[in-house]
Amino acid sequence: MTTETKQFGYYPGCELRTRAKALDCSAQKVCRDLGITLAELKEWTCCGGLVPQVKDNYMGFLAPARIFLEARAQGLDSLVTLCAFCFNTLRRASFFLARHPQVRARLATFLDVEGLPEIKVLHLLEVLRDHIGFDRLRQAVRKPLDGLRVGPYYGCLLLRPAQEIMLDNAEEPTLMESFLKALGCEVVDFSRKTDCCGSYHIVTNGEIAGRCAEQILDSAGESNVDLLVASCPVCQFNLDWKQSQANHTNIPVVYVTQLLALALGEPVDTLGFSHRAASMLPAA
Amino acid sequence: MAVQRLAKLKKKEVPAPQTVRVYIMGKNHDVPTGLTILKAMEAAGYRLVRGVGCRGGFCGACATVYRKAGDFRLQVGLACQTGIEDGMYLAQIPFYPAPKPLYDIRELTPSAETLFRFFPELARCIQCNTCAKVCPQGLDVMRYIAAAQQGDLRRVAELSFDCLSCGLCVSRCPAEVAHYHVGMLARRLCGAHLVPKAAHLRTRLQEIREGGFEEELDKFCSMDKQTLQGLYAQRVIEPEE
Amino acid sequence: MSQLLSFRRENDLVTEIADLSEQNFYACYQCGKCSAACPAAFAMDIPPHQLIRLLQLGQGEKAMQSDAPWSCVGCLTCTTYCPKGVDPARIMETVRTLHLRRLEGPFRYTQLDGERLAALPQSALVAAMRKVTW
Repeated sequence: MTTETKQFGYYPGCELRTRAKALDCSAQKVCRDLGITLAELKEWTCCGGLVPQVKDNYMGFLAPARIFLEARAQGLDSLVTLCAFCFNTLRRASFFLARHPQVRARLATFLDVEGLPEIKVLHLLEVLRDHIGFDRLRQAVRKPLDGLRVGPYYGCLLLRPAQEIMLDNAEEPTLMESFLKALGCEVVDFSRKTDCCGSYHIVTNGEIAGRCAEQILDSAGESNVDLLVASCPVCQFNLDWKQSQANHTNIPVVYVTQLLALALGEPVDTLGFSHRAASMLPAA
Repeated sequence: MAVQRLAKLKKKEVPAPQTVRVYIMGKNHDVPTGLTILKAMEAAGYRLVRGVGCRGGFCGACATVYRKAGDFRLQVGLACQTGIEDGMYLAQIPFYPAPKPLYDIRELTPSAETLFRFFPELARCIQCNTCAKVCPQGLDVMRYIAAAQQGDLRRVAELSFDCLSCGLCVSRCPAEVAHYHVGMLARRLCGAHLVPKAAHLRTRLQEIREGGFEEELDKFCSMDKQTLQGLYAQRVIEPEE
Repeated sequence: MSQLLSFRRENDLVTEIADLSEQNFYACYQCGKCSAACPAAFAMDIPPHQLIRLLQLGQGEKAMQSDAPWSCVGCLTCTTYCPKGVDPARIMETVRTLHLRRLEGPFRYTQLDGERLAALPQSALVAAMRKVTW
């Protein structure tokens, strides 16, 4: 366990307060256990749900701009996120705004502020890798998850577009694998670990969302995983939803921080695991 | 002599009525100073049957948009509460129809899901803050919409408490959100499901159901008018303790 | 004469798509990797590389009429795989944006069922509202 405290700003995102409370709660527990201080923004609004990809849409950057301003107002220069949507949106917004001074100026005028701050947007896995280190993480583990076959499911938003996100190699990532190894899991590679789960088409086109989820689950199923880990409430939902529709696989999808909290010794019944997920975990 | 001097004095001292020029829906009118927008419109000859209500700043019927000469910003207010200035450009807005869902409050759960179920357009909010800029009550509308998205119904209720449902936010929202309906639903959900029920009220209702007040009620029902009036006149209005 | 005018209109459209998406269609050499990688290609009338081909040939209206942009999931797999640095996802989004700004498209948010939507993850709903609905 580390004795020094590292402080980062924390941006949960709307879903971590509604549907994905387990991701929020388990993340806060692990940060407390590891000596990472998460200073949640006192006031925050929706991140905007994906940045615009056309040249002239500046309004789509308003929401991230407000969040960055709030961070600066609290004296924070970094924001840790967990939800892949929020991470992707804020990271790309930060990248874009840093390179487009005219957009920054326009938004600053609209928002009646002097200028927009540059805020570092981080994912918690990145903090674990770069600020704690996986060796120290391994030492902090009290209940190694030996024998648990876990498939790392990245989805798209944690990795792409690679030249803007720069979290890991977008085609052959290793971040989750290293993380899971530190917890003592048996890491199971499967071919579709970076495929899209169907994303927003869960709203507009169930057929596409279903097909995307099905291919991922088939691939994971063939590799005989006990569990899949993800860091996105939409991925978690889409994969779960597909399995509730059709009876072919029954692989629980859990959040990275739920497994981490378990490995650090938090009681299993405080972490929001479903019955099915809990039944796959090593005995206490 | 004295009467003539008095008359001269009176003539000098009585000032000519001061007027200001206002533009009502494009047409200029000279109306007396010191009026509210509502009274100015009436002084100009308009007879308002819609867009007017309590005249006391409480009902939200008279939401108005105006501009001051030389300023590009649109200002808002309640016509019955805002004073006119020289060179004001006035426009009374019609009431913008907003979707009103039907529900039985008792059957709903107090959660973000319920709000999204009736108002999926909540997800369209782009955090532009035009709603807050246009609120005549100065409410933090964008924040309560954010609280709605985060499922924090108590916060929605708290921040939207003074909302008059005037509809100015709806008229300007680029995402077509109906803010005041969202606030109303959140407040109702809080009241019906989240706020603790008054225990003493429940006790009293139980007492009534069990007939604890039947005797007294019978006594009153059998009294004649004079006795009742006498009792009423002698009632204690405000208990001393 | 009318053919010339329609040619110019088509050209304007293709230019507008190129400008808004900031993409050089002509860099694409039709290798098809994007279409092979696209998880939604099975649902499209024409896959991504063919849409780009239409734009290369100045066929803006045909590109606009394709249903491919509405099936796109925005996963950026195509962008990651393109050997020439073209971003087909941006082109898809540009075509969608042009439709949405004209207030047209297959997904009208008022027609989405509220009861069903409430059970779905919010992030997906917000993203859908931003990307594919009008």
